[in-house]
Amino acid sequence: MAHPSTKQVWDWLDQVPDPEIPVISLVDLGIIRDVAWQGDHLDVTVTPTYSGCPATTQINEDILAGLASHGLTDVTLHRQLSPAWTTDWLSDKGKAALERFGIAPPAPKGTPERCPHCGGQNLEKTSQFGSTPCKALWRCTDCLEPFDYFKCI
Amino acid sequence: MDALFQFLLRMGDNTLVLGHRVSEWCGHSPILEEDIALANTALDMIGQTQLWLGLAGEVEGKGRSADDLAFLRDAWDFRNVLLVELPNGDFGQTMMRQFLFDAWNVTMLGRLMQSSDKRVADIAEKASKEAAYHVERSGDTVVGLGDGTEESHARMQAALDYLWPYVGEMFESDDVDAAMVEAGISPDPASLRGEFDELVGRVLAEATLTIPASPYAHKGGRTGYMHTEHLGHLLATMQWLQRAYPGAKW
Ligand SMILES: [Zn+2]
Repeated sequence: MAHPSTKQVWDWLDQVPDPEIPVISLVDLGIIRDVAWQGDHLDVTVTPTYSGCPATTQINEDILAGLASHGLTDVTLHRQLSPAWTTDWLSDKGKAALERFGIAPPAPKGTPERCPHCGGQNLEKTSQFGSTPCKALWRCTDCLEPFDYFKCI
Repeated sequence: MDALFQFLLRMGDNTLVLGHRVSEWCGHSPILEEDIALANTALDMIGQTQLWLGLAGEVEGKGRSADDLAFLRDAWDFRNVLLVELPNGDFGQTMMRQFLFDAWNVTMLGRLMQSSDKRVADIAEKASKEAAYHVERSGDTVVGLGDGTEESHARMQAALDYLWPYVGEMFESDDVDAAMVEAGISPDPASLRGEFDELVGRVLAEATLTIPASPYAHKGGRTGYMHTEHLGHLLATMQWLQRAYPGAKW
């Protein structure tokens, strides 16, 4: 039996939203590490963002449901810890979507580049942790709005 | 493989017990941001626990899951150091305890990334990123409060005086450690002391706090010889549901 190409599977996975930040996909997030066919059986390798991320179970269910909606049910998910997830794996598409959503994307220097609301450069950190382990709380002193920063790890 | 099982219990029980302690702050922290930060720290530690105890159950080979090990053992089977089971006290004491543990944990995980056991090295690689973030935060808070007002300084010094006698246990060695060193799985805890002292000394000096002179160390947690009375109370809360409704799932 012919099965969809891995490219096709990647495209389908790119339609599965992150449960906590639904404007980006699981592929954008960089946690899907590999997709491989073993005959008619599909192996998908996933790495956790943070070891304590409460969304992990939800993410696994969403992957299986997303693939099942395209008729793929013979699927095994593998957890891979090493190499550990890094924000370098966020896609450019995902970073742009984060900023449009009001979350400053991770920046190489370790602090947000600009306010996602007004583009202001005068920023201060409110707290090292935000609403989820992957975000920190910042504030823009130009427009005075608070915002989440997707922190670098 | 019993030594490896014991070693993994020590790693997992440390993060489990401290993770539970820190989660007790949820809804009670001095300000909202700290509440969120502590809850997130607790989550990371519980996540690390799932990895350590998950592997412990696998190594033991009796079909026990991380949940079984967390919820169905009693105090005498726990292998965490005494430091992490001590009560939260005030916010300053909680952050001092966190800093002392984070400083040890980040040092230990850094070494474990070189472990001869790939499963251990992989967990350490994952956890060390989180631990680095934790120690940065707890260290900053210790400095902010230590070098803060007269009141906050006094509380932080009192916290350090109370907690310091529990630091030494983290660097104790026994037969389990010797077996782990022999197998190249884990470093001798005593060998972490220099790096720990350097980091802790620097932060506490910046915090204008004085390390107590007495070398006395309470011990008995990591060997399971004798825990403090506090652990039983913690477990009574943490394990209540599985004890009252065995096997309950949702
Ligand atoms: Zn702004």
